[in-house]
Amino acid sequence: MKQKINNTIGGKKAKASSAVKTVILSALLLVYMLPFLIILVNSFKGKRAIVRTPLVLIDPHGPTVQNFVKAFEKMDFVKSFMNSTVITVVSVALIILVASMTAYFFVRKNWMINKVIFAMMLTAMIIPFQVIMIPLVSIYGGQLGLLDHRATLIFMNVGFGVAMAVFIYHGFIKTGVPVSLEEAATIDGCNQVQIFFKIVFPLLKATTATVTVLDVLWIWNDYLLPSLVLTKKSLFTLPLSTYAFYGTYTIDYGAIMAALVLTTIPVIILYIFLQKQIISGVVAGAVKA
Amino acid sequence: MNENTKRGKFLLFLIFVGPALLCFFAVVIVPFLYGIYLTFTNWDGISPNHDFVGFTNYVAVFRDSEFWKALLLTLQYVVFSVLLINVIAFILAYLLTSGVKGQSFLRSAFFTPNLIGGIILGFIWSFVFSRALVSVGQTLNIPLFSQSWLTDPTKAFWALVVVTVWQYSGYMMIIYIAGFTGVPKDVLEAASIDGCTGFQTVRHIILPLMVPSFVICLFLSIQRCFMVYDLNLSLTGGEPYGSTIMAAMHVYQKAFLSKQYGTGQGEAFILFLVVAAITLTQIYLGKQKEVDA
Repeated sequence: MKQKINNTIGGKKAKASSAVKTVILSALLLVYMLPFLIILVNSFKGKRAIVRTPLVLIDPHGPTVQNFVKAFEKMDFVKSFMNSTVITVVSVALIILVASMTAYFFVRKNWMINKVIFAMMLTAMIIPFQVIMIPLVSIYGGQLGLLDHRATLIFMNVGFGVAMAVFIYHGFIKTGVPVSLEEAATIDGCNQVQIFFKIVFPLLKATTATVTVLDVLWIWNDYLLPSLVLTKKSLFTLPLSTYAFYGTYTIDYGAIMAALVLTTIPVIILYIFLQKQIISGVVAGAVKA
Repeated sequence: MNENTKRGKFLLFLIFVGPALLCFFAVVIVPFLYGIYLTFTNWDGISPNHDFVGFTNYVAVFRDSEFWKALLLTLQYVVFSVLLINVIAFILAYLLTSGVKGQSFLRSAFFTPNLIGGIILGFIWSFVFSRALVSVGQTLNIPLFSQSWLTDPTKAFWALVVVTVWQYSGYMMIIYIAGFTGVPKDVLEAASIDGCTGFQTVRHIILPLMVPSFVICLFLSIQRCFMVYDLNLSLTGGEPYGSTIMAAMHVYQKAFLSKQYGTGQGEAFILFLVVAAITLTQIYLGKQKEVDA
């Protein structure tokens, strides 16, 4: 009997504290989401309503999509969206290809040179981009004249992304890919390249997902490197064209709100469908690094 | 292709490692080494030739009071941001692993700011600080908000801290959540049978077992805060009166606006050494505190 009473008291306490937690979390959630909501609400309002009453939900003259039309055209949204997509997709695909091959080779061939390069890659991971950017511009801009090409930016993305990707693949291949499978294939007459693509690479799906998530988030949102490499407006990625647009239309709040919503929306939509994969990718990447 | 000859081995190496190695060397290693060389020259970014000037750039770095001011400001920014990020992230993770309703939705929601680049986040918050909060302050008569935070040097600094904490607390939260989920259930049960209160469990069981998560989160948040650039550029742009120029922005301006590439690169190196020293010490100290369950 006594036991039972204790239990109910414990139960009530647990329920009450759970309710308190829910309240705290909901309040926090509202605070966290408020900036996005404010921008979203104002993107449908006229300039006067935005400046005078930024917190009123709807423009007294009714909602308008004029801001979006303007931002869409002036920012050349379709073009920058395509630029961002091409650069991100090609860079990430190349990183995955070259890094998985390298990592596999490093795990299977215990050569001195492999160990040295792997150690160099690990060490180089602590070098921040800001230490490289000045010589990078000096070499690729001043001496080689290679700036203002998408290919240059893609090449650089691969260079910056490869060390981390090799590291993540290396960790998985070492523990997760049994040599016995490959031995069977060798007997069947496959060479190393065939073995890698037919047997090993398909086994790396989970790791490939992790690398994809981390690198897509980084490259899609990157500003500093693209801003140094691409100066022609026709090559701008979304962050670059948003920045340029903001500079030109500083006082046209409506158009700016709409531009911010437009750049944010694609990522949010993707996130709604892929939140589990994205979050577990970030965790896997962080814990391994 | 014979894999046993020297030639065959070399070919295999070229196929598997060649492309990655080429990119890595051309983009990271060569520029890094060339950067060291640049600090001993007077290159201005335009002229095809430059002279070797010895340690002149390093003397200039030490005399550049603006740089040290920016570095000090960055240090303050890092201390406040990193502390707040990790405290809030830890609390969020604790609350979101206790079985509250809508747990997984809430986790995803708090992570959202990290999907968006610092440039965009800065612009969003710039409107919040300069218009939305001002409107609230004036309507409700709250002096703290009735003028834009971005026009006052101290408040603009705190605006940067607020946005940084807002963004990264959701990121570190999911790493702490992974840490919480990794604490073995039997240890927690044993603690509750032994009569530990919730606080005691956190203090003596969960915290020690989560040291690896702390090491990762501190490392990531220290490094990212030290290198802040995008947010700095779009939220304050270094204003008002250049009072919020962080180290990375100073380096950028020194090199690309003032065209003092050698000095800028020297400052970038000093920034790098400071960050490396702090993060490596932090990792070393953290590793010593690790325990097994």
